[in-house]
Amino acid sequence: MANIQDTDTIAAVATAVGNAGISIIRMSGGNAFDVAAKIFRGKGIFTEYPSHSIRYGKIIDPDTGEVIDEVLISKMAAPKSYTTEDVVEINCHGGFITARRILDLLFRLGIRPAEPGEFTKRAFMNGRIDLVQAEAITDLIGAITEKSSKVALSQLEGRLSQKLNRIRESLVDMLARIEVNLDYPEYDFEEVTINECVQAINGMAAELKSLVESFDYGKVLREGLNVAIIGKPNAGKSSLLNRLSGKNRAIVTDIPGTTRDVLEEYVNIRGLPVKLLDTAGLRETTDIVERIGVEKAYEAIDSADLILFVLDAQTGFEKEDEDILDKVEEYSYKVLFVVNKTDKTDEEKIKEIRGRIPEVIEISVLEDHGIDVLEKSILDYANKSGIDTDNHIIITNARHKMLLTEALDSLKSALAAADGGMTLDLISMDIKNAAEKIGYITGHEITEEIVMNIFEHFCIGK
Amino acid sequence: MSFVHEKYDVIVVGAGHAGCEAALAAARMGAKTAIFTMNLDSIANMPCNPNIGGTAKGHLVREIDALGGEMGKCADKTLIQSRTLNTAKGPAVYSLRAQIDRRSYQREMKHTLELQENLHLCQAEIVNLVIKDNKVEGVITHIGSFFPAKTVILTTGTYLKGRIIIGDVTYEAGPDGLLPARSLSESLKKHGIELRRFKTGTPARINRRSIDFSKMIEQPGDEPIVPFSFETEKIEREQVSCYLIYSTEETHRIIRENLHRSPLYSGVIEGIGPRYCPSFEDKIVKFSDKERHQIFIEPMGLDTEEIYLQGFSTSMPEDVQHAMIRSLPGLENAQIMRYAYAIEYDCINPTDLKLSLEFKKIDGLFSAGQINGSSGYEEAAAQGIMAGINAALKVQGKEPLILDRSQAYIGVLIDDLVTKGTNEPYRMMTSRAEYRLHLRQDNADARLTPIGYKIGLISEERYQKFLKKQKAIQDEIERLKKKTIPPSEKVIEFLDKHNSSRIMSGIKLYDLLKRPEITYGMLREIDDEMPDLPASVTEEVSILIKYEGYIAKQMQQIEQFKKMEEKLIPEDINYDEINGLRIEARQKLSKFRPRSLGQASRISGVSPADISVLVIYLNALGRRRNNNEC
Repeated sequence: MANIQDTDTIAAVATAVGNAGISIIRMSGGNAFDVAAKIFRGKGIFTEYPSHSIRYGKIIDPDTGEVIDEVLISKMAAPKSYTTEDVVEINCHGGFITARRILDLLFRLGIRPAEPGEFTKRAFMNGRIDLVQAEAITDLIGAITEKSSKVALSQLEGRLSQKLNRIRESLVDMLARIEVNLDYPEYDFEEVTINECVQAINGMAAELKSLVESFDYGKVLREGLNVAIIGKPNAGKSSLLNRLSGKNRAIVTDIPGTTRDVLEEYVNIRGLPVKLLDTAGLRETTDIVERIGVEKAYEAIDSADLILFVLDAQTGFEKEDEDILDKVEEYSYKVLFVVNKTDKTDEEKIKEIRGRIPEVIEISVLEDHGIDVLEKSILDYANKSGIDTDNHIIITNARHKMLLTEALDSLKSALAAADGGMTLDLISMDIKNAAEKIGYITGHEITEEIVMNIFEHFCIGK
Repeated sequence: MSFVHEKYDVIVVGAGHAGCEAALAAARMGAKTAIFTMNLDSIANMPCNPNIGGTAKGHLVREIDALGGEMGKCADKTLIQSRTLNTAKGPAVYSLRAQIDRRSYQREMKHTLELQENLHLCQAEIVNLVIKDNKVEGVITHIGSFFPAKTVILTTGTYLKGRIIIGDVTYEAGPDGLLPARSLSESLKKHGIELRRFKTGTPARINRRSIDFSKMIEQPGDEPIVPFSFETEKIEREQVSCYLIYSTEETHRIIRENLHRSPLYSGVIEGIGPRYCPSFEDKIVKFSDKERHQIFIEPMGLDTEEIYLQGFSTSMPEDVQHAMIRSLPGLENAQIMRYAYAIEYDCINPTDLKLSLEFKKIDGLFSAGQINGSSGYEEAAAQGIMAGINAALKVQGKEPLILDRSQAYIGVLIDDLVTKGTNEPYRMMTSRAEYRLHLRQDNADARLTPIGYKIGLISEERYQKFLKKQKAIQDEIERLKKKTIPPSEKVIEFLDKHNSSRIMSGIKLYDLLKRPEITYGMLREIDDEMPDLPASVTEEVSILIKYEGYIAKQMQQIEQFKKMEEKLIPEDINYDEINGLRIEARQKLSKFRPRSLGQASRISGVSPADISVLVIYLNALGRRRNNNEC
């Protein structure tokens, strides 16, 4: 069922989705200024800024104090705004990753994701757009919603919908078993115990939780790509990290084994957020501290989305490289081979490496050579893996995430109710709410489904 | 036309459970009303199970009573056993169910109709509706006389072209050996009303003297008896027992061997029967893995030896029925007084109705009860009272009374029928109600009595009493919120005794009552100021406190729901004018003509996108009309 919530505050990215330099997040409604004041830090106080002004500042997460981005924020007070409501627009950097993080923050603070065309709808409803345009707008919204629902549908035709349908059906089955006893108490159907419900709900809650988290942590889409840089000691891993991040974070020396732990650096490679993991040089070692580093490096290899295996053109292909090659064999699908220090060597050494590994990217961090090619390869890899999100079902739609979060909350509430000694009719209410929220995504009407299920599975009669 | 009678405001066709409530409501609201029945001795008959109430149905009875209807009162006077179901399963599903002395109920209801001012009770078969220019003008009886009327309510139950089926024998008949209404269907069709064929059935009746009760499990009633009606203060009466038995392997064998003789499987029965109420042979076929089925043995009354076999409805031939029944424990020598039968009847498509139960296309014509595709006495009565109210309101030139899904089970029932339609006889269930924690049977008066008062079905005296009760509930909640008890020895002892965790500092009685293990009654042990309040008040106080969080959550959902329900769509809207609507939605909306955006959103085939388009169109329309007025 659709809700008309024309009083709440909504937000969405107002610019086209893509790797544009700037994204604009638009927020409209009565709470827009209050929420903006909570997350914006700039000169002066947001609420005191005059209407129709633009300010520079930072968006911070009020819970953690973490800075999310540097932004330009504009404030337009009602009624002189596009929607005639209080409107805030946040101009943030980069692609949709940053925009999405800011949006998430807004949703967490009680803002609702805008439906397609909702800003225009509000503009119209509030009399901002004149009557002549009415018909055009109904056409437009009809079309947008149709289109977006088609997109949503195609997304739902895959594993996500299978998974959601399975969870929903389990919930409906459980509900039918509860409800048949509530509606036909005189019959001796097996009573569902609260324990049984709790067990089943726990399982489903865990599944929902991982789905919800897939949105939060959806690797490539949100956090960006996890890239582990590996190689024998002193192959130039840390220099490469520094070059990619443009900072002097890792300690770079000529002494092998300087990086004894895993260093992390977040970098932005052509709009793609990348978490670089600089690992300890991989080699047999007796040094306890260094060995811990090596173990950690192996963990990083395992969890990384992409591995940059750095080889040293100066030394050529050595025994240590051979060992590492063996180790990463099972990960060959996610390894890029990088030959560093091409400036300090002769052709022979490089040929030696090429002889062992046919496809290498040749770079020189020192001379800033080949970095472009490497960056492009990383980007290509991300795009490729972004398309087939292998084993993970990832939630990408903010509305889905919201509904699943609500479903999860309902299940948690059911568990709390069971724990608090509440009766089955109330526990059932929570379970039904959860099923209903999932039903909004999969397009199922739950009440009717429960009734059908009861008739199908239980023998009732006069 | 031989004789033209005086004109009535409201004419009710049929005096079953729907008809009686319709006629009483209309007459009580001051409408000059006539009610027709084919047989004055079969008013308010229970041709099937001799009981009223049960889950969701008990709720309906309470709601009918809260609005000022009769069913609850009549049941209270004539019940012979009462039970409160689901007491351990939660406040939303507590339900009253009573065995009724069938004859007494009929007599009581008939007498109530006879005594009712403004009401003319008359025996006649209505064979024709007079409709001119899509407006009802009256009815014509089988004798040919004309009763002019401003409004007519059809409450024909299972009588329209009734056909009884027992095995391969079929004959035209109404229920319980009564005559069918043969002619009215043609008149309805002639006026463009679509008719459909539904089916229901009833089990056999056995003479008590032939039953061996020693082989059965006794099911006594509950004490004290909880009345249906908010006006009945107390019922003290000796109760009779029901009994429970299980079908045997032999029963199932007999059915399997004779399945080819069942009209359900041989194709004699065309009507659509309810899934929740299958005949016994249906149960054997569909649930073949179930070794035994429950059968309840229920008395039909105090001054009769007839016994009803609940759960054993069938349309098998007589000899098979005979063998089936005698294969049941305690019924080896059963003497069958009435054989089981299936009955087919004409009913309308309820989506042809408005939420007021008036036909969309025929002004002044209403219909209620089984003719609308429902099943059950309570469902019929609930629609009956609403049709009666709305016919009377129409006569008064007022807006109809529509109860929505958040106000009453009655609202759920009517909205389901009218908005979603039904392909089988519709039975009320608590799982059909989205807001069932709010739609409790204990607060039916709080939900509906002010409405009943406003429309004139609740007397001033009753209303004042109602207000007093509500105040008592509020006062007691406030008192419990204020009163703190200290962690005294007595209180600690009290908590230990009831397995409740101890308190370190003072606690409000209100918070103590929130603990699941503590009941309101227990508080008396530590609360010396507890007033002496009636059970109806303390029950409500207890529920409102214990489930406060859940009730609040439900009220929020209701608030969201109401926003959509309250956006009304003008009756003259032209859906073809709205460009953004998809064709399917346009057709559906044109056909259903929903009353509100909420109702529109529940029509199958209307998507949320269509609703958005509709919202915008309505706003534009509203503004255009405002502009024109300026």
